[in-house]
Amino acid sequence: MNTVHVNVVTPDGAAFEGDARMVIAKSVTGELGILPKHIPMVTPLDVSVLKLRHEDGGRTLIAISGGFMEVRPDTVTILAETAEMADKIDYDRASAAKVRAERRLQDTKLSELEFRRAELALKKAINRLSIRDMKE
Amino acid sequence: MASLREIQMRITSTQSTKQITKAMNMVSASKLNRAQGNNANFKPYMDKLQEVISSIAGGTSGATHPMLQVRPVKRTGYIVITSDRGLAGGYNASVLRDVYRELKDKHTSTDEYRLYVIGKVGVQFFKSRNIPVYSAMTGLNDQPTFVEVAEIVKQTVGAFSESEIDELKLCYNSFISVISQEVKIQQLLPLGNIEQSASNVMYEYEPEEETILAALLPRYAEGLIYGALLDAKVSEHAARMTAMSSATDNADELIRGLKLKFNRARQAAITQEITEIVGGASALE
Repeated sequence: MNTVHVNVVTPDGAAFEGDARMVIAKSVTGELGILPKHIPMVTPLDVSVLKLRHEDGGRTLIAISGGFMEVRPDTVTILAETAEMADKIDYDRASAAKVRAERRLQDTKLSELEFRRAELALKKAINRLSIRDMKE
Repeated sequence: MASLREIQMRITSTQSTKQITKAMNMVSASKLNRAQGNNANFKPYMDKLQEVISSIAGGTSGATHPMLQVRPVKRTGYIVITSDRGLAGGYNASVLRDVYRELKDKHTSTDEYRLYVIGKVGVQFFKSRNIPVYSAMTGLNDQPTFVEVAEIVKQTVGAFSESEIDELKLCYNSFISVISQEVKIQQLLPLGNIEQSASNVMYEYEPEEETILAALLPRYAEGLIYGALLDAKVSEHAARMTAMSSATDNADELIRGLKLKFNRARQAAITQEITEIVGGASALE
C-alpha cells in the first residue's frame, strides 16, 4: 500500500484522520514532503498550511497554528494547538483578526512580548486567509 | 400549630424549588456528559505529546532544560480552579479550604506566593480574606476550548520560565466518580519524572533534540494545565448534579412531612367543627 495514515490532533479533539500519498508540511527549518515509509522523525512545525495529497489525486488543506509532526513509516501524527480544514475556516473572522493585528503592530509603545504576540496573531490570520487563495 | 393556609403555602413553595433543582440536575447531567466527551477528545493529544517527550528525554540523558531543573523556591505559583457559580455542594469549599490551609502552612508573607485563580467563587473567597490574587479568569465556558484558556496557561508557564516563580502548583477537584471528587494539589513545574513510554522508536530529530525539547516542554506543561481544567469541569458538573439530586430528594422529604402536617391540621379542624356543632346542639336541648 502506497499511502500513509495521517492524524491531526488538537487539544479539542481530532481535526483530521485519513490516508495520504504525500504529506507536505512546513517545519521551522523549511518545507518537508513526507512519503510513505519515511524514517521515524520528530520536527516542530511553523504556522503554516499542511497539504495532503490523496491517492485519488485530490488534496486536503489544513491551517495549523504551529505544533509538531511525528513521522513513522506508516503513520504521520500532527499535534497542533489549532487545526482547521479549509472548509471550516471563518474567513471573515480571520480578516478581522488580520486588521486588528496590523493595527496593533503600528503601536510603537508595545513591549517586546506584546509585539511578538501581535506578530504571531497576524501570522495566523494570514495563514488562514492564504488557504482561500490556494483553493481558487 | 400552623394554620392550614400557611402549610399549604409552604408545600407550594417547596414544590417549585424542587422543580428548579430537578431541572438543574438534568442540565448538569447533560453537561457532565459533554465535559467527559471533551476530556476523552483531549486524551489522544496528551498521550502523543507524552510519548514523544519521553522518547526524547529517554534518549538524551541529563536533559538541561530549565523546566526540568529544580531551583531553590523563592516564590510559588498556585493555579486554583473553582467554578463561576455556586450550588455545587462542596465543590468550591473543599478546594478553597485546602488551598487556604496550604498558604497558611507554607508561607509567612504574601510575597512568597502568587495566585492564579479561575472562577468567580475563588476570586471572591481570596478577596474577602485579603489575599492578593495575581491573575484571575472568570466567565469561563462550560466547555472550554484550548484557545480560550491559552492566555492564563501561557502566563503561568511563562512566569516560570522567566524565573518569576520557582514552582507551580495546580489545585483543583479531580473527578473520581459522579458522587466523589478529590481535591488535588499537584506540583506541575519543575516537571518531575516524565513517565517512560513502552514504545522504543528511535527518531530522527530535525533540528536537534534540545531545540525540540525546549519547544515541546512548555506545550506539555500547558497541556497538563488544560487537562486539569477539563478534569475540574467534569468534577464541577458531577458535584452540581449530585448536589441538585440530593436537594430534590430533600424537597421530597419536606413535602411528605408537610403533607402529613397538613392532613393532621385538616383533620383537627374537622374534629373541632364537629365538636362545636355537637356542643351547640346539646346546649339547645
